Amino acid sequence: MCGIAGLIHRGKSSNVGSELQGMLQALKHRGEDSTGYALYGDTDGKNFIMRFKVGENVGEGSSSVMEDVSVYDERKKVVDQTLADIGAKIIKEERTLPYSLRYELEYDAKDLLNFSQTVEAIPGVEILSMGKSLEVIKDLGNAKAVCDRYSLDKLVGTHAIGHARMATESGVDIKSAHPFWGYPFSDVSVVHNGQLTNYWNNRRVLENKGMRFMSECDSELIAVYIAQKMREGATLEEGMKDSLLGLDGVFTYFVATKDSLGMAKDTMAAKPLVLYESDDLVAMGSEEIAIRSVLPQEIDTYDPFDGEVKVWQI
Amino acid sequence: MANLKTVSKKSKAQSMGMHTEVLTGRTQQKFFNPDEAENFYYFGTYDVDFNKRTELDVLDMTAPEANKEIDNLMSQGYGTIVIKNPQGKHSLGVGILNKLNLIFEGSLGYFGMGSCDGPIVRINGRVGWSCAENLMAGKVVIEKNAGSCFGAAIRGGDLICKGSVGARTGIDMKGGTIIIGGDAGAFTGFMMQRGRIIILGDVGINLGDSMYDGTIFVGGEIGSYGSDAVDAELTSSDQDWLKRKLKVAEIGENFDVSKMKKIVAGKKLWNYDNLEPTEKKGAI
Repeated sequence: MCGIAGLIHRGKSSNVGSELQGMLQALKHRGEDSTGYALYGDTDGKNFIMRFKVGENVGEGSSSVMEDVSVYDERKKVVDQTLADIGAKIIKEERTLPYSLRYELEYDAKDLLNFSQTVEAIPGVEILSMGKSLEVIKDLGNAKAVCDRYSLDKLVGTHAIGHARMATESGVDIKSAHPFWGYPFSDVSVVHNGQLTNYWNNRRVLENKGMRFMSECDSELIAVYIAQKMREGATLEEGMKDSLLGLDGVFTYFVATKDSLGMAKDTMAAKPLVLYESDDLVAMGSEEIAIRSVLPQEIDTYDPFDGEVKVWQI
Repeated sequence: MANLKTVSKKSKAQSMGMHTEVLTGRTQQKFFNPDEAENFYYFGTYDVDFNKRTELDVLDMTAPEANKEIDNLMSQGYGTIVIKNPQGKHSLGVGILNKLNLIFEGSLGYFGMGSCDGPIVRINGRVGWSCAENLMAGKVVIEKNAGSCFGAAIRGGDLICKGSVGARTGIDMKGGTIIIGGDAGAFTGFMMQRGRIIILGDVGINLGDSMYDGTIFVGGEIGSYGSDAVDAELTSSDQDWLKRKLKVAEIGENFDVSKMKKIVAGKKLWNYDNLEPTEKKGAI
């Protein structure tokens, strides 16, 4: 089933980590195999923030193969050396969990494709997000468990999207969890509720154009599809509108960039979405109870129609 | 109401104004038998007093707890119940099978007022997907917007949304009336088999797709027609009925019904036209 939620504050920052945690926890009945956050924090915008993993969570319910923790250490060393080789200087390093790391990098490059391909050429290493504001944090468990594990409740920023996952067509692991980074674009992330039926056809086409897929989760296609459209010169909104024709199946998805948040709904309107919009806040989720966790007072909400695409700026 | 003792069994429903379609050919009609009247009362329903009023705050209740408490209040004879702080909770007010004046001070989540038969409900907020699914009789009024599958498979009663509704409104409906003050999404009236849908605003693509029977009235623009949906002539009796229905629903005041489009099924099916239980009850 899965649940998605997102919010964007316009003209101010807020404690988006805590707010999104509340929204996703309200949707935990839609799936708690894994939960993911894409948080757009307040930064000075100088350095890149890279969230990456050097292994999988092999806890209860995981479909991943257990590895010795020493393997994670070895991979980290290779990552550090690789970053040095390509001229990315590590300014700050955090290792929240043995397999999950956060680096602040001083790196001067507009196209992250070469950077990403080089880092991810290291076996077992996956970049979860790369950007100057975006941080993707995803792990097994419900929203509160992941939030507590990564101490996300204090994160202040302008907008965020998240996903509560019930694993269906792919494994219970971090690589299949949402949000997906819009590789190789800085600060682009995607969450999706639904099912895409032309995943393999699109994947083959996009891989031939040099795009990468890290999982077999159909939702990853949306991130890659939008990213490819943007590489070809489309705006975010143009890419999203194009996806309504290019993607087949039932879906509601969110895309976020450094300064915007968008939603798209398929032409069958088969997946739910409830939306609240005011001058200073947009909040949306698979169910109204997600919005109620941040706006308990009586508000006006609505369901976007079939084939609708909307984009909001901070 | 017509004197039912003086009309033939076959024309009772028509005389009561409940069944206006005249079916011909091999379409089969089986009509209500008054001897079966005793089979149409539910076990576990209550005789309530509308003047006996109470409030129920469900802020800290789960949906099952809230619904049990509503049932408990009805068992005490409360006929007017005001629900405070529904907060978008799912499945509130389901399975009410007797007369009741129920007011929600706020919004409901999914499946609100599902499988009800008889209550008069006002929701001073929005409702999520599948509101009033399987409604048999009664009236449900939503002051704001509604989600998709609004009035799915209803068999009777009036379901009124003063705002806009999502996709598949009235999907599989088998009777009753759905009235929408605003716009409606795609696949409105999808596979509807009977009953009427009134939309004062615009409607999305595939209107009335695969509809078997029933009638859809649209005041605004139509995105596209679904398979089997065709235009029909808007008669003067249609206009009278629309005016009367909108007035009772307290919606669309001064709306010019003469400009509405009427959409019906362009095909005929056999063997599905037995009278629905609501009409049987009405004929008792």
